[in-house]
Amino acid sequence: MTFRKYLVLAGVTIFGAIGDPLLSRGMKEVGGISLQQLPSVILAILNPWVAVGILFLLGFFAAYMTALSWADLTYVLPATSLGYVLLALIAKFVLHEQVSTARWLGILLVSAGVGFVTRGPALTHNPPAESGAYVPEPVSSRAEP
Amino acid sequence: MKPAYVWSAIAAIVLASVAGDVLLSRAMKQVGDVHEFFRRAGLLAVVGRTLRNPNFMLGILAMAVAFYSLLFALSWGDVSLVAPASASLTFVANAVAAKLFLHERVDPHRWMAALLVAGGVALLAA
Repeated sequence: MTFRKYLVLAGVTIFGAIGDPLLSRGMKEVGGISLQQLPSVILAILNPWVAVGILFLLGFFAAYMTALSWADLTYVLPATSLGYVLLALIAKFVLHEQVSTARWLGILLVSAGVGFVTRGPALTHNPPAESGAYVPEPVSSRAEP
Repeated sequence: MKPAYVWSAIAAIVLASVAGDVLLSRAMKQVGDVHEFFRRAGLLAVVGRTLRNPNFMLGILAMAVAFYSLLFALSWGDVSLVAPASASLTFVANAVAAKLFLHERVDPHRWMAALLVAGGVALLAA
């Protein structure tokens, strides 16, 4: 793993952690959506909070696709779950919310899970790339410890 | 809103996002290392090659279904139920799907990681 790859994983974590609360706030303003008014769910993107949330999630998506191009799905998902910890810490130190014992335990579990997965290799299976101009290096040289 | 509605929406989120993650992961493995490809051919070539991949487009479709299911679920239920329930179920389901469909070597470390993260995420909402 190079420094640049850790930066990409950090991008996945941070953009994802900020995007979802923005969406949540926006949808609370939009209000309940019923099955009889399906078009209103599409109009939800006109809400500014939802729109900015979607921008953050686009940044998240670009970083996520980059990470998936050189790492396993079962590596990227746990490795970027520190975003949940980030959210709880923002709640505690920025929003001054009460963080319960159960939440601290949750932070501990997520962190332990991240520790477990990041000690192993990032890539364990590399199917042949589609025929084209660029052929990636073989697994042995790409799966850094 | 009835709990059955909320849980149906959560199940839809989990199924659609697992399908999306698996398809997108397969697509990006077919595209190849983005850093390397970017250095040789530039950004447009990377984006073009990614967009032409059929698995990528199917993955986007599945993610769109998951996204709108999430909007439904959030408008019906509390974010403190919807977000952790769908996220922690997705972690475990993804580990199973990655092993079955992507043939990733999900060793005990990775099972532990998926379960710990899923449990932690559930607790974070308590």
